[in-house]
This record gives sequence, C-alpha cells and structure tokens, in this order.
Amino acid sequence: MSLQKFTKFEALVAPMDRANVDTDAIIPKQFLKSIKRTGFGPNLFDEWRYEDVGQPGMDNSQRPLKKDFVLNQPRYQGAKLLLARENFGCGSSREHAPWALKDYGFDVIVAPSFADIFFNNSFKNGILPIVLPADTVERLFQAVYDQEGYALTVDLENQQLIQPDGEPIAFDVDSFRKHCLLNGLDDIGLTLQHRDEIEAFETDYRQRAPWLFAEPAQ
Amino acid sequence: MTDTTAPQTLYDKLWASHRIREESDGTALIYIDRQLLHEVTSPQAFEGLRLAGRKPWRVEANVATCDHNVPTTSLKGGVSSIEDPVSRIQVQTLDKNAAEFGILEFPMGDPRQGIVHVVGPEEGITLPGMTLVCGDSHTATHGALGALAHGVGTSEVEHVLATQCLIQKKMKNMLVKVDGKLAPGVTPKDVILAVIGEIGTAGGTGYAIEFGGQVFRDMSIEGRMTVCNMAIEAGARVGLVAVDEKTIEYVKGRPYAPSGALWDQAVEAWRTLKSDEGAEFDKVVELDGSAIEPQVSWGTSPEMVGAINGRVPDPDQASDSVKAESIRKALQYMGLQPGTPFVDIGVDYIFIGSCTNSRIEDLRAAAQVVKGRKVADSVELAMVVPGSGLVKQQAEAEGLDRIFLEAGFEWRNPGCSMCLAMNADKLPAGKHCASTSNRNFEGRQGAGGRTHLVSPEMAAAAAVAGHFVDVRPLMQEASA
Repeated sequence: MSLQKFTKFEALVAPMDRANVDTDAIIPKQFLKSIKRTGFGPNLFDEWRYEDVGQPGMDNSQRPLKKDFVLNQPRYQGAKLLLARENFGCGSSREHAPWALKDYGFDVIVAPSFADIFFNNSFKNGILPIVLPADTVERLFQAVYDQEGYALTVDLENQQLIQPDGEPIAFDVDSFRKHCLLNGLDDIGLTLQHRDEIEAFETDYRQRAPWLFAEPAQ
Repeated sequence: MTDTTAPQTLYDKLWASHRIREESDGTALIYIDRQLLHEVTSPQAFEGLRLAGRKPWRVEANVATCDHNVPTTSLKGGVSSIEDPVSRIQVQTLDKNAAEFGILEFPMGDPRQGIVHVVGPEEGITLPGMTLVCGDSHTATHGALGALAHGVGTSEVEHVLATQCLIQKKMKNMLVKVDGKLAPGVTPKDVILAVIGEIGTAGGTGYAIEFGGQVFRDMSIEGRMTVCNMAIEAGARVGLVAVDEKTIEYVKGRPYAPSGALWDQAVEAWRTLKSDEGAEFDKVVELDGSAIEPQVSWGTSPEMVGAINGRVPDPDQASDSVKAESIRKALQYMGLQPGTPFVDIGVDYIFIGSCTNSRIEDLRAAAQVVKGRKVADSVELAMVVPGSGLVKQQAEAEGLDRIFLEAGFEWRNPGCSMCLAMNADKLPAGKHCASTSNRNFEGRQGAGGRTHLVSPEMAAAAAVAGHFVDVRPLMQEASA
C-alpha cells in the first residue's frame, strides 16, 4: 500500500492525559470484525467517547456523546496531533488502532514512550509517533491546557516540532522510517528490491535447516 | 574451528541465523520461517496482495485457523452457525483466502481448529529455532519452544506473505531469572503475573525477554508457554526459554514435526539453542521463586496485581501523580475500595480458557480443584473453553468434562471466547470475572466488565468459594 507523502504542517494538539492507553481502548474488539482498512475513525476510543455501547453498523452521528471526554470538547475538534502519556498503544497488535487514529485525523502522536508493536504499526500507516522526554511532554500538556487552539508545526524533514513562539523541539526518528514517510514508500516494494539476496539466503538456509523446508503433510 | 566470537544469548543466535541483510543504521531484513494466520488480522493483508497482484513468497510457510470469532456453544453447521453476520463474514473470508492462495487451514469443524497459539505447538507447526510471526501480540507464546516468535500488525502480515521477510531492528536482551522452587499451588501464571507486577507493563519494551533459572527449567513446556505468552503484558514482544530435553520430547512425533534423518539433524541443531555461558544481557531481573504466592489482578492493567492475601492499594500512597491517577481510574472502573482484602472480592463469572491457560495441563489443574465440589450459587456463569479441538478431545478422554459439568461449569467448544469477547461470550457491565486470560483492560471481556487475572487453579477455587480465595489449602485437601 503506498501512502501519502508526509509534508510539513501545523497540527492542533489534543491531550490524552492517561498512562498505558491500550489498543482495546483505542478501538474496541467489536469493530475488528471489519475486513476493510478504512472507516474506523468514528469508533476511535468508542467506550470513552459515547454514552452507549457501540456496535458495527450503527449511525455514530446519532449516538449520545460523553461530554467530558477530551475529544468531544469543541476546542480539540480538528486536532492532528495527539499528546499522550507513557506506554501509549500497549496490548493487542491490532493495526486497527493506527487505522482508527489516522481515519479520525491524527497524523502525529507524541508520548514519553510507546508500546513496540503499536509504534511500528503507526509508521506503516502514515502516522509519526514521536518520543519526547517526560518533562517536555509534561510541559506540552500544560501549554495545551493553558492555551486554547494550541498548535505545533510538525517538520519531519528537520525533525522538529515548532512551538507557537517559534522555539523548536528536536526529536529523533529512525532514518529508514523517516525516508519511507517522507516519500510515502511501500515497504513491500522496497523489500522486493532485495529479491536476489532473499533467494540466495533461502538457498543457503535450505541446506542448513532442511527440516524447515520439508513439504508438510496436508 | 576456533571460536573467537563473544558469547551469545539465545536471542542473538536466533537473530543472527535469520538475518539476510542489515543497513548501517541497524535496519535489517529477517527471514521468517512460519506465519500463523487467523481471521481478524489477515483479511486486509490478503486484500493488499490481491490489489498489488502479488503472490505468497512461500505458501507452505503459512498456516491458518479461525479462533477469535468462533462460537463456543455449538459448532454444528460450521461457519453458518455463527449468528453475528459480521463475524461470519470474517471467518468466511479467511476460508476463502486460504483456498484462493492454497494455504493450509484448520477451519471450523476440523478437530485441529482452535486458538492459533495452542494449535501451532500442538501440531508441531511451531519448531525450536524458527522465526515465527502472527498478527496477534500473544505470538510470544511460541518462544517457549526456543522459537523467535512475536506479534506483527496486518501490514507486516502482508509483508511476510509477499516477501517471507520482516524489516526489523534488533531488540535488546533481558534475562528474567527466577530461581528456587515454586510452592505447591503456585503456577506458571503466578510467576509471570509476579514478574509483570515487578517490572511493570512497559518494563520489557524494546527487549526480548529470556526466562531463565531453576523455576523455568523445572517447568513443563505448557507452563513455559503460559509464561512466554504474557511477555507482551510486560511490554516485550518476544519471550524465550532455552531448548532442553523437555522441548525435544514435546516436539517429537507431532504431526508436522520432522521425522527420520531430518529429525536427527534438527535435534542436533536445536541442542545449541540456549544462551552461552557468560552471554551479556542488557538488563537482568531476578526473583525468588520460592517467595511467589498465588496472584490476582485488581486493576485495569496486568501490572496491577498482587498476592492473594493482599489488599487493594490506596492511590494516595502511590509514588507519583500519574500512577495515583491510574490507580484511581482503575478502582473506579473496577468498583473497588482501597484497602479491600482481595479475598473479599466476590466473583460473578468464571472463565477458564484463552491462549494463556487453555491447554490440557491447565484443564487438569483446574479440574483437580473443582473435583467433588460445586460452583457457588452466587456465580452466574462458570465456563471452560478448551484451547483446541484436540485439547477438548483429550480432556473428554480423561473425564475432565464430567468433573466440570458435575460441579456446575459449562463445557464449551474451542476458541478465544471471553478473553476478548469478539464472539457471543461477553462479560456483562459491572460483573467481576475470575479469568485465566491475559488482559484486564477496560472493556476487554465485554463493555464495562471487570476482569481479574488468575491461574486456572485460582479461577477454579474462586468458582467454588464465590469470591477470591487462596487455592493452596484447597489443593492440600484435594491431594489428602
């Protein structure tokens, strides 16, 4: 699947002020029954977001909202950057979690730490997860709460988040993943450029571990 | 040949033997020996292949079964017995994809169908030394056989189908060493819950965890699976146990295990699958096995766990404000007051099953506690869901089904069931469940449901008592 190129943009920030947000919370299990990659946005954080219990096929625009839930507050509508706490995305490997975040409109997630599988899945779907020190994240939470409309400019090329006063916050990103995001590259296509090497490895490996290549009984 | 290389960990060895290429920044291509597929995380991957006009690289490296959506009540009628049309379409889609691409599948109605992480080892589809992936975070289970196994997302499922490789960076090495001897009534589940309680739900993030020490050497292969299964609950994608004679004995004679000359050759290679003397780990955590007690979780993260004779913690005594807030939110969700003894928490539902604890040894252990006793009147539903059709057959051959049924349990058909409630088995809002599964997240077993993670023995004891209780005295009575 080829992705949109990740360019420089301004992102309204929404705060998700709890640690260990798991992928069951991001997209509850009943929505995993879809055989598509799209359409998960209306059910992002479903149990926290709506008063009733959501089911696939419901008209989500008619469901009662939990007014206190952060993403239901008018000031965070249109947010593209989710500011989160430690170990964001823990639990199940469901890629439906980044699909739902992306479909909702989030392109960037900033947290002190992420769960491994979620972190990896995010890049594959055009979401940039950024790890920042806990005190920087804490400062950003304060800034978001203090200032309605708080936005950061996301500059992946130069690896920085630019604050409203123009001060940049530098972040690290794996060079390969950065390259893929900036160019909207498809991992499979890239890997298949090494087809000869994979085949050579396989030939040698077949000699070393022939029991792994025996035809299984059906 | 003189060996001048530094001592390696088991993970180092598995990584090195599967590395095809590595860039200067550490991004590597890793060869994948086996991929397990199920209905929830594969449809979009097959669709991606079709859209790009790609074929599986090595079709026989893939094996499929359905587990998350399957009903546990009646399997008569196969797929058509799934009442929820959305679930049914997902299972049918797997059947269709497996047929279209020529992938071996154990569909509904096949006695080998079951939870993918139970089926793999049971069939000898998982072998020591393999790299194995599945679109499911509990793939770490297979590390119990000395395989490098971890969960992947759907994009990676497609990537492995198309290329037989994964783009990865090497993880760090962690050793969780538990020495000593477990007390009777203390199980592999209690060990891993105690480990998670110790290092936290993100303690293993970025690491491959090897479980070493006397406790794991003494443990059965199925017990090791329970431990490795929950490595992800400590944040680690990979859990590993070194290969020993028990591993080899376990694999021998399984349907898809090698035989004859290939078997001998394989065993020789497998015997090297352990960390070398003096291998360096980036992090070492040590626990005293003899001090571990039966565990019960009280909150909404697997790290929120304690010994059965403890009490629900007080958020005001937490070490920092983020932790205090997490505890407060958890207790509110769980409907628990700080200071409540765990043994005073009543249970409404009992779930014995899941890829963590649904193997034959788990069912035997629970049955031993249940035998000659009755499920308490206050318990609304107690159910046993075997991990696979073959586990179910074996249990029935041993008469375990009779023990559970006579005590008042329901005896169900295999699947993931109430571990994540994608099928019809749901924990109602506000109800407390003693569950042998792996996650106590909000809504995991059903919207508003309150999960307490325990061992099969502890779940059985809670079923009988109607509240959480230390299983150890019950086990002494049972064996007396």
